Amino acid sequence: MAEHVVLRHREIPGLERLEVYLEHGGFEAWRRAVTKTTPQEVIEEVKASGLRGRGGAGFPTGVKWSFLTPNVFPRYVVANADESEPGTFKDREILERNPFQFLEGVAICAYAAQAEVAYVYLRGEFWDVAQEMDGHLASLRERGLLGKGLFGTDYNLAVHTHLGAGAYICGEETALLESLEGKLGQPRLRPPFPAAEGLYGKPTVINNVETLANLPPILARGAAWYRTMGTEKSPGTKVFSLSGKVVRPGNYELALGTTFRELIFSHGGGIPDGRKAKGILPAGASSVILPADERILDTPMDYEAVQAAGSALGSASVIVLDETTDLAWVAMKTSRFFKHESCGKCTPCREGTYWMLHLAERVERGEARLEDIDLLDTVARQIQGKCLCALGEFSTMPVVSAIASFRADFASRVADGR
Amino acid sequence: MSDLQVTLTIDGLRVTVPAGTLIVDAAKKAGIDIPVFCYHPKLEPVGMCRMCLVEIGRARRDRGTGQPVRGDDGEPVIDFSPKLETACTTAVGEGWVVRGLSEKAKAGRKEIVEFLLTSHPLDCPICDKGGECPLQNLTMAHGPGKSRFLHDEKARLAKHVPLGDLIVLDRERCIQCGRCVRFQEEIVGEPVIGFSQRGRGLEITTFSEPGFDSIFSGNTSDICPVGALTTTDFRFEARPWELRAAASICPHCPVGCNLTLNTRRQPDRDGQITVQRVMPRQNEMVNEIWICDKGRFAHHYAASPERLRRPMVRKSNALVEATWEEALARAAQGLRAAGGKVVGIAGGRASNEDLFNFRRLLEGVGGRAVLDEWMAGGDHAQKLGAGSKADLGSYGAGDAILVVAADLHEEAPIWWLRVRQAARRGAKIVVASALPTSLDPVANEIVRFPAGDAALAVLNVVHALTGDSTVEASAELYEHAAAALRGAEDVLIFFGREGLDAAGSSALAGECATLLASLGCAGRARSGLIPVWPRSNTQGAWDMGLRPPSTGLKEALSDAKAAYVMAADPLRDDPGLAEALSGVDFLIVQELFLTDTARRAEVVFPAQAFTEREGSLTTGDRRVQRFYPSVPPMPEARADWRILAEVGNALGLALPGSSPAAVMLEIAASVPDYRGASYGELARVEAQWPIVGGDDLYYGGTAYRNEQGLGVKLVPAAERGEDFSLESHDLPVARERAPLMLLPVARLYDAGTTVGASEILRAHLEQASVALNPEDASRLGIGDREAVEVRWDGRVRRVNARVRASVPPGLAIVPRSMSLELRGVRPVEVRRAE
Repeated sequence: MAEHVVLRHREIPGLERLEVYLEHGGFEAWRRAVTKTTPQEVIEEVKASGLRGRGGAGFPTGVKWSFLTPNVFPRYVVANADESEPGTFKDREILERNPFQFLEGVAICAYAAQAEVAYVYLRGEFWDVAQEMDGHLASLRERGLLGKGLFGTDYNLAVHTHLGAGAYICGEETALLESLEGKLGQPRLRPPFPAAEGLYGKPTVINNVETLANLPPILARGAAWYRTMGTEKSPGTKVFSLSGKVVRPGNYELALGTTFRELIFSHGGGIPDGRKAKGILPAGASSVILPADERILDTPMDYEAVQAAGSALGSASVIVLDETTDLAWVAMKTSRFFKHESCGKCTPCREGTYWMLHLAERVERGEARLEDIDLLDTVARQIQGKCLCALGEFSTMPVVSAIASFRADFASRVADGR
Repeated sequence: MSDLQVTLTIDGLRVTVPAGTLIVDAAKKAGIDIPVFCYHPKLEPVGMCRMCLVEIGRARRDRGTGQPVRGDDGEPVIDFSPKLETACTTAVGEGWVVRGLSEKAKAGRKEIVEFLLTSHPLDCPICDKGGECPLQNLTMAHGPGKSRFLHDEKARLAKHVPLGDLIVLDRERCIQCGRCVRFQEEIVGEPVIGFSQRGRGLEITTFSEPGFDSIFSGNTSDICPVGALTTTDFRFEARPWELRAAASICPHCPVGCNLTLNTRRQPDRDGQITVQRVMPRQNEMVNEIWICDKGRFAHHYAASPERLRRPMVRKSNALVEATWEEALARAAQGLRAAGGKVVGIAGGRASNEDLFNFRRLLEGVGGRAVLDEWMAGGDHAQKLGAGSKADLGSYGAGDAILVVAADLHEEAPIWWLRVRQAARRGAKIVVASALPTSLDPVANEIVRFPAGDAALAVLNVVHALTGDSTVEASAELYEHAAAALRGAEDVLIFFGREGLDAAGSSALAGECATLLASLGCAGRARSGLIPVWPRSNTQGAWDMGLRPPSTGLKEALSDAKAAYVMAADPLRDDPGLAEALSGVDFLIVQELFLTDTARRAEVVFPAQAFTEREGSLTTGDRRVQRFYPSVPPMPEARADWRILAEVGNALGLALPGSSPAAVMLEIAASVPDYRGASYGELARVEAQWPIVGGDDLYYGGTAYRNEQGLGVKLVPAAERGEDFSLESHDLPVARERAPLMLLPVARLYDAGTTVGASEILRAHLEQASVALNPEDASRLGIGDREAVEVRWDGRVRRVNARVRASVPPGLAIVPRSMSLELRGVRPVEVRRAE
């Protein structure tokens, strides 16, 4: 197993306390960045590390920062702590157990972006995390690690928390910005991208919690060290949230490129009662469901390989389905989720998810006819390629792939086998 | 938008448009329909409904040289995006190829319509929008014809959700395009409605109390692409295809919004043809495609059962119905007996034709005609008024607008709306007033002055501009205002009458003229003065030669033996005139209603409402516009110009009486400014953008296309290069001060003759009241809603008090048109009623 980069608390008891974090070199990378390097040097180091966004899209982090419109200020940094993807619970562990490494990452990102205000946008259900975070921020201000004239320079940084109101869509970065501005959480048209016009119309960087938590070790130990882990195009480690039909569900921080087989069987302890794996959702509900055949089990979990296998690594929330799982039921469950979470702004997602759910429920109730399965497939495909943001597209993936790979599960549900 | 032109191909047609044009607009200009629901050419694009999906092919460019790559055939290589894209959010690109009619694009439209209809109730047979519904039309054009969605699984939602008392929401029909929400946010700036919830539960809701508290609410029903928003006065009243359309002009304020009156034979009114609804008619120079709720809903007064039906004459001290012959003879007899001592009082809501004949008649009998008004400035507008190209729609960065002593939101709502839009485009806005106005939030500079000192305030700006050292206190305020105006290419000055009496108003008009000249904008085609008149045609009255009586109505009536009142109710406006009127032997009134003044008359003539006749009105920015009859007149009512001609005829005076067009010919012959304003010229139209009406309902909404005339813009003397010097005016003086000053203010929904009779607006009508600051109120021991006595100039009125923090200390505010005779500010005493 690779060493822990972001789940360091597993080796270091009490790391969630500032004293302990400082004892282990905490905020040294931050201090050195502000006092010894230029923002541009920080960006270059992060670019060199090859770190890619851990929220799902996998976009190179340093490159994203370099898109900020030059010479337009103020700028903002927003930490996306809206962790809402079903099956994803990695950010929560970081926020609860290793919060200062995350906050140091926020600070480094803010310095690189030349932002003096950063926001931590937490999903509404994280209210207790938000309270702890506010306490952490207060202690950082007391210690002079946040505030005005940091380390004797003229750099200032304030970090605020903001709680969402319980909408999945607010994990989408432009919907998050709308919500942060106090508006209805609906995605914006892109372009303009947040790097040009983000929060309050100003250049903004938005990064996922795990992405930010990677920054202090990268700056402390260097890009070359980071690249010793993972693959060439997907360097570093990734926290995999393993759930579903496995013996030991939980978060596993492993090098990118680890196979599904290693995650599920070596770390997760395999499938309970010796049953066989049937399917895998590599990226939570927003996944093309892969049949858990030998080829897939041996696929390395990095951005390129999972995509080549026909799905996406996304936020790496691996949900395992075994031979007792009915894929028609899974399609119904994901449809229900997306119907519930569609923001309603664009027609195909708003109406399509509603329609898909009705069809999937009809199948699930055993009231569907054979052609209803095809209709469900058609409706899902009819949504594809037409939506304003990715949510609508995501909603179709488990449905279309379940019908394609596990049609028998649907056919067996058809009323009287008609 | 830029000067750079871009050429692209849309559905096989080569189109050249300015860079920055959206594909959907470029297509529309070329006559190609790309269907939309959420897009509206007056609103920012949002790309929500996804109806406008097209295939876009972009010319491939060489990465090194940036030059287009050409294929073996020498043609540029076009790469089509794998996904359909929204034509409403994508600006054109050079050499692009847009396909809206490919199988892929057509399938996309069909699929979006199918999605939209899964939630739609398909209750077209009972829907008010049916027949002029974009969803209905686009479904017929692009939809699948048959749904694969199970009807039983449709969402069932509330069908009668009043957003306010004028607009009702049908949640089932709403397709969540957000046009209404964006109209209120972007165009009006009154975000009182918005989306709530999410997904299929997304619904329009109101945030204000009372609901949908905006005076522009009716426009949302015009741009709603389905039958989700309906007005309470048209809801379930008629089908669009049964309606006939007649062009009209709004008679309520000096903006002169172009209207279409939709009429139908009404079963529950004995088959009478009645006005079913009022819709905006496009005139991009005047009201674009919007109207305010007063213009939309107040028209019901014209169909009021209280209307005068027959002529009346006084017999043994009572008014009784009479024949026209008898009434005309009595009127002629009375006028003849007065031996030239006749005063005619006309209101600014009469048409140019009426006012022209009125003056002719009064002067023909040796009397004089005056305007029932005291606000000055009509002659200033004739000389320095808005120039030939002064269009608020063209105002933006580099221009400036000064609004002084007027609250445009209350007095001329569409001007307010368009000034706000100009501010959004970068025009500098300066507001000068005693009270806060609803333009303040977009103003660059705000000059607040003691009530009644408007002229002094403008004079101070002039001094700040010219560097005159006599500027006194709060000079910085005036410096800022001057600085905002100084650099502007063109300047429009709107001036009103807040807290002004006749002398103050005259001084203000004079100072505004001086300011315009000091800014170097006198005679410029895009600059000028615009009086914010209290009536729709007050400017026309000035142009027809009527003036406010210099010493007031009372004085004017003092030695009159006969008086002739048209389209005015001076006694209601000032009960104090009763004495002066009773000194007049013979009173003739021509009116719509038996007004307070009419009750005292010897002869009352029933006039036709604006819905029943034709005529012309002149806006505050001096555009002459024609209105047309929409419903048959009440059998015995006659148009004002005709009644006057007939009275003249009985007296042997030759007044034009065959038609209003004939009157206009005489006006054109004798009023130099109106030389070109024949009815033919007034009816001229030209192509306007955006395209509305016709088959383009989906694009611009149900506002009507203008096919009946954009009117004639009069050119002020200064722009014609003529002498524009004005009579010298008295310099404004600071007025007397008292601990409490009474300030009359204009309100949109006042209780005037043409609003009070409209039942639908009754809840919105202003009530007689006096508003006080909490400090003043507590000093006087007065609580909110308590009955108080208001004493000024020896008069007493009993009204209810309102205690409002928004009232500046030291002021007692009363709405005008409340039978309180009030012009300028006055010292006042307010005390609790016993």
